[in-house]
Amino acid sequence: MKAARFDYHRPATRAEALDMLQTLEGAKLLAGGQSLVAMLNMRYAFVDHLIDINRVEGLAGIALGDTIRIGAMTRQRDILESPALKARLPIVAAALNFVGHLHTRNRGTIGGSLGHMDPAAELFGIATLLDATIHVESRRGPRDVAIADYPQGYMTPGLDPDEMIVGVTLAPPAAGHGWSFLEFAQRHGDFAVVAVGTTLAFDSAGKVADARIVLCGMGIAPLRLAEAEALLVGTTAEPEAIAAAAEIAGRQEAMSDALASETYRRHLAGVLTRRALTEARARASHGKVQ
Amino acid sequence: MSAVSIRVTVNGTPFEREVEPRTHLADFLRHDLGLTGTHLGCEHGVCGACSVLVDGRAVRGCLMLAVQADGAEVTTVEGLAQVEQLNPLQEAFREFHALQCGFCTPGMLTTLMQLLEEHPEPSEEMLREELSGNLCRCTGYAGIIRAAMKAAPLLKAQRENAA
Ligand SMILES: Cc1cc2nc3c(=O)[nH]c(=O)nc-3n(C[C@@H](O)[C@H](O)[C@H](O)COP(=O)(O)OP(=O)(O)OC[C@H]3O[C@@H](n4cnc5c(N)ncnc54)[C@H](O)[C@@H]3O)c2cc1C
Ligand code: FES
Ligand code: FES
Repeated sequence: MKAARFDYHRPATRAEALDMLQTLEGAKLLAGGQSLVAMLNMRYAFVDHLIDINRVEGLAGIALGDTIRIGAMTRQRDILESPALKARLPIVAAALNFVGHLHTRNRGTIGGSLGHMDPAAELFGIATLLDATIHVESRRGPRDVAIADYPQGYMTPGLDPDEMIVGVTLAPPAAGHGWSFLEFAQRHGDFAVVAVGTTLAFDSAGKVADARIVLCGMGIAPLRLAEAEALLVGTTAEPEAIAAAAEIAGRQEAMSDALASETYRRHLAGVLTRRALTEARARASHGKVQ
Repeated sequence: MSAVSIRVTVNGTPFEREVEPRTHLADFLRHDLGLTGTHLGCEHGVCGACSVLVDGRAVRGCLMLAVQADGAEVTTVEGLAQVEQLNPLQEAFREFHALQCGFCTPGMLTTLMQLLEEHPEPSEEMLREELSGNLCRCTGYAGIIRAAMKAAPLLKAQRENAA
């Protein structure tokens, strides 16, 4: 369980990091190391050059405005503990509570989570739920990638080899929205078998104006349930509407693996979606109207 | 594949060493500094036996490279006690039989140091959830939780006295 040899580089600036990424053969970025170092130790992954971006200036931080921008190297722990973010967008902290453990959140970053792209990663789910834009840079210039275009295959992000994620912008629902993030995992802190995130925003008449639902762990990337979302808009999210949305969740395609069968994943998706929508409705400021 | 020179303070003592980039922090502590209190179970981040504090935060010693600790302050289990004087958490571990084989103990202790500092009045439920990141195959956790509950106010008092 020892990594094979590699050279180590520690750029201080973005420009240096991007130069290295472009010129070094067989290079990978090192963020929190909570996935990459484990893979190097197990020799699932090999690199000739490791570019450690932990000391690159200006890659960490949370900026709140109409949208929310989080720097790639912001630690999961610092996102979880941000009071301003918790107030504006509580679902992010709720999801992060399921991500690994104290130790892995102390080191792990949002950029690394998106770079790794585990199908069940909660932050990948949150990015999908909140219509994230991923900000990417290379020596060729900056580029924005919509989250819908980001997954290119199993654990394969839509990035070129010379590109680095520098930040993520999340589009939060209107203030007062209800939310819920639920997951089923074998142990606390394990990757989810299935996780569900949802937000519900109501208009002044008590009708759903904006519904979002994402399922994690079903396929190679988190899945937005556009059909169920559309069904909920205009309703009061009464139990019948929630049941109909959950029924849609329960008939999505799902993978089978050592953790769970396709059938079981579908079952979880239906049950968790119903519970999450019910909880989100109760939390919304207009959800209790009527 | 050249070695890199690092300076790191471990349990208050500064060290300067040459390390191979692939050497993780736990191996560095054990092999280069002879601090074998930090244990290695899985070496891929799952068991928590290798947990140490880096600048006050608990990390997996097997998932951080020693070169990344350049300039940092590291605390290992050896740094928790004074000569002849266990810290209150260690005392409580002894009192409540919170260890049997002791393999997980250094990781439990270092993890609890951060947890109890941030949650001076912890709930049992919170502790059980958080300690899911540290595997113990002997005790069933009951003694560990009791010890942590007892130590929390004592550690707080100790911090306040030191301040
Ligand atoms: C015991 C354990 C439990 C875990 N449980 C969960 C869990 O429940 N849910 C979950 O989501 N995760 C979990 N993880 C993984 C999570 O902790 C990692 O933080 C995350 O997957 C990777 O983030 P990182 O910052 O550590 O990235 P690294 O491991 O450093 O990098 C991961 C990958 O992303 C690439 N990368 C990193 N930064 C960038 C960037 N800026 N631009 C482009 N590419 C980049 C790297 O080159 C690498 O390929 C767990 C890990 C462990 C050890
Ligand atoms: S040895 Fe590091 S987590 Fe198991
Ligand atoms: S005391 Fe033996 S593993 Fe915990």
